[in-house]
Amino acid sequence: MSEVNTPNQNLTRRDFLKLTWAVFGGLALLETTGIFLAYLQPRLADGEFGSILNVGTVDKFPPNSVTHITNGRFYIVRLGDGGFLAIYHRCTHLGCTVPWDETQQKFICPCHSSEFDRQGTVKNPPAPRPLDLFPVSIVDGNVMVNTGAPIQRQTYETAQVVYP
Amino acid sequence: MNDDIPEPSILDRMRNRLTPDELPTDDRGRMRMVVDSLVLHLHPTKIPDRTLRWTYTWGLGGLAAVLMTILAFTGVILLNNYTPSAPQAYLDILKLNDNVWFGELIRNLHHWSANLLIIIAVLHLIRVFVTGAYRPPRELNWLLGVAMLLLVLGANFTGYLLPWDQLAYWAITVGTGIISYIPLIGNWLTRLILGGPEVSGNTLLNFYSMHIAIIPLIIFGLMSYHFWRVRKDGGLSIPKSLEESETGVEPKMERLTTIPNLVQKELLYTLVWIAVILVFAMLVQAPLEGIANPDISPNPAKAPWYFMGLQEMLLHFHPLVGAIILPGLAITGIILLPFLDINPKNVGVYFRSRRGRALVLLAAGLSLIATPAWVLMDEYLLNWNGWLPTWPSLISNGLIPLAVISLPLILLDDWVRKSFHADTEERVLFIASFLFTAFVVLTIIGIFFRGPGMALYLPWNMPASSH
Ligand code: HEM
Ligand code: FES
Repeated sequence: MSEVNTPNQNLTRRDFLKLTWAVFGGLALLETTGIFLAYLQPRLADGEFGSILNVGTVDKFPPNSVTHITNGRFYIVRLGDGGFLAIYHRCTHLGCTVPWDETQQKFICPCHSSEFDRQGTVKNPPAPRPLDLFPVSIVDGNVMVNTGAPIQRQTYETAQVVYP
Repeated sequence: MNDDIPEPSILDRMRNRLTPDELPTDDRGRMRMVVDSLVLHLHPTKIPDRTLRWTYTWGLGGLAAVLMTILAFTGVILLNNYTPSAPQAYLDILKLNDNVWFGELIRNLHHWSANLLIIIAVLHLIRVFVTGAYRPPRELNWLLGVAMLLLVLGANFTGYLLPWDQLAYWAITVGTGIISYIPLIGNWLTRLILGGPEVSGNTLLNFYSMHIAIIPLIIFGLMSYHFWRVRKDGGLSIPKSLEESETGVEPKMERLTTIPNLVQKELLYTLVWIAVILVFAMLVQAPLEGIANPDISPNPAKAPWYFMGLQEMLLHFHPLVGAIILPGLAITGIILLPFLDINPKNVGVYFRSRRGRALVLLAAGLSLIATPAWVLMDEYLLNWNGWLPTWPSLISNGLIPLAVISLPLILLDDWVRKSFHADTEERVLFIASFLFTAFVVLTIIGIFFRGPGMALYLPWNMPASSH
């Protein structure tokens, strides 16, 4: 039994079987975890939130206005120059719903007092980034908002604004 | 058949089978009874007289087990009046409170026992820590304990959502918002837990299955393991007085039979606590607010009370630092404790040594002053974001304040080592006492001193919150 003193040179039958068990056992574990995680993935129903919403015609929203569309969880912001933004009403800090304060012309979060201007830019932390956007498209004079695809952004850019 | 002895009736036979024979009158019999009983055989047949002292364990582990049992019973019958769907869940709770015999009492019992369990599990951890009872060979049982504490927090957190009121909805929104700051996987994980982009009926189902099945099953499994390990580790650590530990004299001990010495105390303790909890649950209602409304966040929106320390840190640090890095470091530290602090000598001595006792008082005192001072300074004087406007907020509002508060801690530790000649175990005790006190102070500030907009108020000047 001289091989005993020089291990690692060739794989013994026992080592081979051990390795096989480990590899297949590991694979089985990974598969089970995968199935488990896939099973738990969010189930999206055709509902109001998460689909494309038609919020009405362009002229329903006067310039310089902020309108809360509660069933879609967003604000339609119409800027002074007529451009549209759909801003997700969920605070980027920890997720509270941000109300629009008409007198101060700001979004002010009740939870930890983050403040955002009408474009959604952070005016006061702790929120780490501007409010998220939903893609807006204007089809036949109707404003369509895709609530299934929130866009995270680091800054406000004019390219985010959609014009009729 | 012998005619002198009448054949026992069927009732007699049943009674003989179901009731114990004579109670044992000698120690041998008492020890046999422990071994033969399903419940009692958790215990050894004899135990050292010292471990029976109230003032060593305070019965905290046993009380945690009693509370888990109350929670299991009340929880199971609550299920008969609860539907895990939104908004039906809320209507069911209203019905439970108004239309179901003893419904409110059962809910209150479940609510208050769950909250008490957190306090008791933490006190139990502290008792084990300050008596050094986690040192070899009891490291594994410490780790089991940490796992159970995290699961108890998880059970409380998932249960918090189930009434589906405003309190529940927003505490879970804010609480899960913290998770999204975990680097790389945060957003994915939050979506998975919530079952969608925000708290919804899917979240309620996810939390329900965790709360009523997965977490309790794991906790009861770990509890059995925990008790078994106490015996495998040679029973409880033996309490010692300072003098005994200083002189090194082995304490004289007598071994007493478990029946009646331990069992009697356990029964008495359990009954007293059940009475206390029952009276409390009759007098104090569990809170319930209006039905959950995703469009309106209450002001202030607070996390559950046991996470208020965390939420307070979020007001002072970038979330990655305040909610992930600092708590992560704290839990890692707690897990590593029994591997860092291994001196077997003064196990069983409260606060390790004479110097240890002084250092704990010093640490708690310093922390009681320093923590509120720092909160006030950060609220009214410091403005890292404003001073370093071009820096990313992770650095200006995260790493820099982290460095600023770490520095005094390092200096304090150094001072204690040099001026008090504190050894490793005493330094661990000093730092842990300082940090734990700080966490308690932050929790109290969060619960009682934060009002609308999360601004600081004195509790007696607190404006009403809006819902
Ligand atoms: C559901 C939660 C828990 C239950 C039901 C429980 C139960 C118990 C019981 C009945 C004992 C016997 C002695 C005593 O009562 O102090 C014990 C001892 C012990 N527990 Fe726990 N415990 C829990 C959580 C924890 C936690 C959070 C820790 C610490 C991280 C911990 C660590 C230990 C250790 C190390 C011992 C041995 C102490 C000694 O020998 O002096 N346990 N536990
Ligand atoms: S959730 Fe809006 S500031 Fe914290």
